[in-house]
Amino acid sequence: MTGSGTEPWPEADLENDLAGFRASGGGATARFAAAQAAIIRSLVSQVAELVGGEDVPAGPDPSAGAGPGAASDDQAALLELAAQLGVADATELPDDPILARLLPDAYADDPQASGEFRRYTEIGLRSGKVAAAQTVLDTLPASGGRVRLSEADARAWLRALNDVRLSLGVVLGVTDDFEDTVGELTADDPRAAYIGVYQWLAYLQESLVDALE
Amino acid sequence: MSVAPAQVQRPESDLDADLDKPWVTIVWNDPVNLMVYVTYVFRTVFGYAKPKAEKLMLDVHHKGRAVVSSGAREAMERDAETLHGYGLWATISHDS
Repeated sequence: MTGSGTEPWPEADLENDLAGFRASGGGATARFAAAQAAIIRSLVSQVAELVGGEDVPAGPDPSAGAGPGAASDDQAALLELAAQLGVADATELPDDPILARLLPDAYADDPQASGEFRRYTEIGLRSGKVAAAQTVLDTLPASGGRVRLSEADARAWLRALNDVRLSLGVVLGVTDDFEDTVGELTADDPRAAYIGVYQWLAYLQESLVDALE
Repeated sequence: MSVAPAQVQRPESDLDADLDKPWVTIVWNDPVNLMVYVTYVFRTVFGYAKPKAEKLMLDVHHKGRAVVSSGAREAMERDAETLHGYGLWATISHDS
């Protein structure tokens, strides 16, 4: 775990846009510059697309076997039914390292039990993450400005911001001695641009936790 | 009319032993989750008072992991599912 970063935002109105969230009417409020809103919306959308992209589970390769026809229709119907029941056919840890972090195994040493758990929870887990992301997109205007969140919206924001930070953490290769790594980064390191965002999101998330207390 | 009583299967002896060992939900340390957020999640999900939530958070942070709940397997799976929803790295185990 880590404390929060406080990286300055280059184009922000220092008085307003760096204040983070504060408590307001049982929920929370914050002001965002347009550039900040654009970054959050973009990252939240990307995570939602990654997580939601496979909510209808893919079946076995349709090009294998008898080809298209009645069998694949049956299969599509079965998959649809499975999706309605919230049962996925995926039982293995996702290959994508970000998805593997967002949808982890539930049993450390028991792939079979992890697979069963995944079958019955993964669709719900994915849709919950997509819904949290959608709450951010619905409440944060692309043009920025003052955002006022109900308590429920604020709690969804916390989860969505956390999923974005977990995803960036995978991309940036964040480890426990990350602070040291940041100090050693040169300006031409491709990760440098994201690190300011990563730290700013940590600051924003921490201010939102504080606002809800 | 009467129906013969169904044969009741006796529990195996090791099942009795297993029943004494609760299932547990473990949260593992990771370098991204914020300490204040992890405390918030423990308070929100389990209803723990702030001191207990903070102690568990610090256990995760310093020891690498902490048992955050224990009980029936189904309940632990619900807890793990909820914690995954919050982005915490949680696993279920039968013997901590």
